[in-house]
Amino acid sequence: MKLTVNGEERRVTATTLAALLDELDYAPDFLATARNGELVRAGERILCTLDEGDRIEILSPMQGG
Amino acid sequence: MLTLYGETLTSRLLLGTAQYPSPAIMAEAVRASACDIVTVSLRRETAGNRTGGQFWELIRELGVRVLPNTAGCHSVKEAVTTAQMARELFGTDWIKLEVIGHHDTLQPDVFGLVEAARILSAEGFRVFPYTTDDLVVAERLLEAGCEVLMPWCAPIGSARGPVNVDGLRAIRAHFPDIPLIVDAGLGRPSHAGMVMELGFDAVLLNTAVAKAGDPAAMAAAFAGAVEAGHVAFRAGPLEPRDMAVPSTPIIGKAVFE
Repeated sequence: MKLTVNGEERRVTATTLAALLDELDYAPDFLATARNGELVRAGERILCTLDEGDRIEILSPMQGG
Repeated sequence: MLTLYGETLTSRLLLGTAQYPSPAIMAEAVRASACDIVTVSLRRETAGNRTGGQFWELIRELGVRVLPNTAGCHSVKEAVTTAQMARELFGTDWIKLEVIGHHDTLQPDVFGLVEAARILSAEGFRVFPYTTDDLVVAERLLEAGCEVLMPWCAPIGSARGPVNVDGLRAIRAHFPDIPLIVDAGLGRPSHAGMVMELGFDAVLLNTAVAKAGDPAAMAAAFAGAVEAGHVAFRAGPLEPRDMAVPSTPIIGKAVFE
């Protein structure tokens, strides 16, 4: 399945957001995730099924002003 | 003591965590400032990295409260989703709401700001809006649920200090009971002291400390200026006069001619 992850096109086999994080080697803590512009809470990632063309954002804490 | 959304704070300086030469110098500056609140952000994490996690651990070790921002958001939708993700990540309802309206000046899109503030307040967020000194916008933000206002005093990162002192005086006078934090545009401790002398409740700054030759020393200098300005405001500063007024009494002066 083809997805856009943090602005980059990726081909993945994962079918849920939790599996996607695992497949792409993300440590699941210290992350906030969104699918197609909507927040997906950490506890909901395992139930969040992915569809072809989904836009996924994976964010983490960063310096800010 | 400063109270923001029910939280009592000892410091009137809020410090940003960006642009320091290194994480260690950032931590030093935060300690030297004795601030209670630092601003943080969130950005795309690279697969396999733990950059964000390492930064977050460093912040937690500092024992300060975090105020996540929506920096770089140019639309209501972007700002709202970013705020929701920040709440998930940082575990706080506090959000420094930025909806940027102009690429060059980084001035807030005040229309989008009010709309986003309304949405987020309804969702239980405690919104700290980065705004201008416009009084009508300030009114709308309060109606939208904000209990704190953060007017700029000059463009972000410009280090110009207050460019519209009359505007700052006016917003202070119109909202005597609302915590007002000057956010953005401060360059030197004297600028911070000046806005505190006008009666502002706190200042938020980043670049002026992070880009100083010695960020920790500059953080301490700002902390001193903020405190001095606040004490001076409470002490009732003398207003400027048009004419000279002798400070030494004339009565009893000897006459030799």
